[in-house]
Amino acid sequence: MTLTKALMATSALTLAGSTAFADGHMADEMTIVSWGGAYSASQQAAYHDPYSENTGVTIINDESSNEAVAKLRAMNEAGNITWDVVDVVASDAIRLCDEGLALEIDADEQLAPGDDGSSASDDFGDLLVSDCFIPQIVYSTTAGYRTDLVGDTPPTSICAFFDLEAYPGMRSLEKRPINNMEWALLCDGVAKEDVYDVLETEEGQAQAFAKLDTIKDSVVWWSAGADTPQLLADGEVVMGTTYNGRLFSLIEEQDQPVAMLWDAQVFDLDGWIIPAGLSPEREARALDYIYFATDTQRLADQAKYISYGPARASSAPLVGQHATLGIDMAPHMPTDPANATNTFLYNYEWWADYRDDLDAKFQSWLAQ
Amino acid sequence: MAEQVLAADGTPLKASLNRALRRQKMRALVLILPLLLFILATFIYPIGQMLFRSVENGIVSETIPRTVVALDDWDTQENDLPPAPVFDALAKDLAVAVELKEHTRLGSRLNYELSGISSLFRKTGRRVDDIGEIYTDQLVALDPAWEDPATWVTLMADPDWITAQAAWDGEGDEPAFVMSASAIDLLPQTADIYADFARVIQSEDNDSPTDEEPWHIVSLALYQDLIASPSVDIPGPLAGLVSTAAAAAPSFETEDVIATLTEVDDDWQNPEVWETIYTYSPAYTNGYFLNAIDLQKTTDGVEWQPENEQVYLTLFLRTMIMSMTITISCILLGYPVAWMLANLPARKANLLMILVLLPFWTSLLVRTSAWKVLLQNQGVINDLLVWVGFVADDNRLALINNATGTVIAMTHILLPFMILPLYSVMQTIPISYLRAAKSLGATNWTAFWRVYFPQSIPGIGAGSILVFILSIGYYITPEIVGGTKGVFISNRIAYHISSSLNWGLAAALGAILLAIVLALYWAYDRIVGIDNVKLGG
Repeated sequence: MTLTKALMATSALTLAGSTAFADGHMADEMTIVSWGGAYSASQQAAYHDPYSENTGVTIINDESSNEAVAKLRAMNEAGNITWDVVDVVASDAIRLCDEGLALEIDADEQLAPGDDGSSASDDFGDLLVSDCFIPQIVYSTTAGYRTDLVGDTPPTSICAFFDLEAYPGMRSLEKRPINNMEWALLCDGVAKEDVYDVLETEEGQAQAFAKLDTIKDSVVWWSAGADTPQLLADGEVVMGTTYNGRLFSLIEEQDQPVAMLWDAQVFDLDGWIIPAGLSPEREARALDYIYFATDTQRLADQAKYISYGPARASSAPLVGQHATLGIDMAPHMPTDPANATNTFLYNYEWWADYRDDLDAKFQSWLAQ
Repeated sequence: MAEQVLAADGTPLKASLNRALRRQKMRALVLILPLLLFILATFIYPIGQMLFRSVENGIVSETIPRTVVALDDWDTQENDLPPAPVFDALAKDLAVAVELKEHTRLGSRLNYELSGISSLFRKTGRRVDDIGEIYTDQLVALDPAWEDPATWVTLMADPDWITAQAAWDGEGDEPAFVMSASAIDLLPQTADIYADFARVIQSEDNDSPTDEEPWHIVSLALYQDLIASPSVDIPGPLAGLVSTAAAAAPSFETEDVIATLTEVDDDWQNPEVWETIYTYSPAYTNGYFLNAIDLQKTTDGVEWQPENEQVYLTLFLRTMIMSMTITISCILLGYPVAWMLANLPARKANLLMILVLLPFWTSLLVRTSAWKVLLQNQGVINDLLVWVGFVADDNRLALINNATGTVIAMTHILLPFMILPLYSVMQTIPISYLRAAKSLGATNWTAFWRVYFPQSIPGIGAGSILVFILSIGYYITPEIVGGTKGVFISNRIAYHISSSLNWGLAAALGAILLAIVLALYWAYDRIVGIDNVKLGG
């Protein structure tokens, strides 16, 4: 019993070991890994169900995307890959591709051309941030506030988070340095294009922490995407950040007194990777699925269920109404021009370098 | 002298007894063997393997072996850049590592120690295949035969391999490449890198060296060999080709590898980068353990981490203190309950026991989330207190997202682990002892404190060990209700396992935690005595 906590540390490893027995599945069955919740439900409706219907393939859902990199690494070391297609954020895809854990994809060869006749690589454009990454949606980390708790002047800027006088009360921010450091600098007078240059220096980091210090006692730190919607619904916080789709369902589906604050929203991408080292049979099946699930119509379909922007340019005109609410989805997309008046560009490469370092500093700052 | 006692079959009794005992032991062993093997294979072995990662550091010397060897001669005290051969070695190592896709993993590993190395390796990796191109071009200009993969194979491969390769029918794997002894002898640097080239081409690309032009870096190595031994005399048909090249080499336009690398990223001019590679080049390191206690390894020895990066000692201390607090709260809350259970008639006691066990059958996450609803600012408890008038509406108690939240939720979750051993020990204490004490004139308190309590100590001991050890390893509950001040070291271990992927550091933190538990267990044994622990009657 003295070893229970050490066992936890080995969970990644034992996972790879225990799934070793489960590899008997045939190509008419595939395991797709995603994030769970409303997001997986939207994929089920837009991709999995029609695909299963067309091909007779049974799709098994696994909700392990938040630790996909660790588990894929463990599977790779154990020499037994049990996943066929994995939904990951772009930064994880870059990491997996770099380490040779994901299959490289030739977009024009292996993905469907756009409905408007454009080639796949043109259709996805800049969103193909890695050779292994097949973009699916554009989402953003953005803010929402309680309309009944902010008085007569609703916030219009992300800097409202740092204004305790005008907007007293608790606010929720993600428990990691990414995004928070950038917003702190933006609200401390640093120009948008200089943020990462400033953040690279010791003084710049100190400046960001000093700005965060001013609100430290009024922050609830979240680590799961569902935390902020819950905190907003309970009136625990005045404002909070989370993924835009979560706020959409809070506002439109659950009808809570909450409004979007799109200012300085940070775009990020989510998409598929296929693990490297699958048997040719399974790899062919995974590629077939990907070809189907990322074509123009399928990406547009997903937007019926959740307010994330399709990654193909050709899908945008096809985005229609919400499947059950019957409202137009376009105005709820992070990429909608009205919402995207002031966006912040997240620098993948910079964070790949400074993540460990800043995380240590951030954790130490939190603990003080 | 007494006569030796013999057994019925004539053998000495002692030996016969021993044999019987041994057989008994063997039988016992065979009985537990399945469980033993199961535990070894699924528990001890993976834990050992994971803990081994806390010192294992082979990745540096495996990925950039030449650089590690070349760096051996570097004097770190000079605070200067390493000499040119180190840069050459690095270019060669990276050329191989890029083909094997290993350089970014090494970059991530070294990035744990110095920010920026990750992108340095990635950027360099994208450009490294151009290094040496200038030599390839000049060799080809000298004689187009240098462009032909066959030339290189003739020069580098063992004649037996060439025969075997020619005889190979294309089915199955190509025979593994073998270097020729004379090439290793006469053109050592070229042979060294060409061997890697052939290996990578065969294993990674499933191609043959006979069809592939070598990397440019091989030309660089050949140039270096030709400069080092201008009068090289290669046996066989290529003697003329090589000696022409050797004669021309001194007049070749050269490439400065240092300048090329610096142009890719001027961080290669930063001695700190080289010091980090140097410090972490041995196959085993104590670096992870040092990092786990807020120290760092430098070329000048061990130093404290900068103050704004120190976090682990605080977390270890906090984990200990909060686990103690939780254990003590469990004793205070659990003792009266166990007392009541032990002294009620069996039927009522069983009913109450179900209530104690009920939380066990509820998911941990559900219980923790329920506490969230109860404890939060606008939650049930605060609402009640405001309604009663104990606290003002604008000054509600902060019961969650801090240490208080963790202590409350974990005390509730771990309480059964305290009550059950206490109950089973108390059941064995005859109630008549208390009556006897009282009949001899003791007050209620004296009877309890002097007679009953000492007998229940083994239960407290067992419960405390269980609760304490379980709580220092907890991470889900602190993660959900602990905010920033109520999280444990295990939350950092989980973070390093699943997010930062710094498994070495996670293993070191886990090993330290394990050592602390074992030390406390040992201390407990010395002070209280493990024989006094009773989990049941």
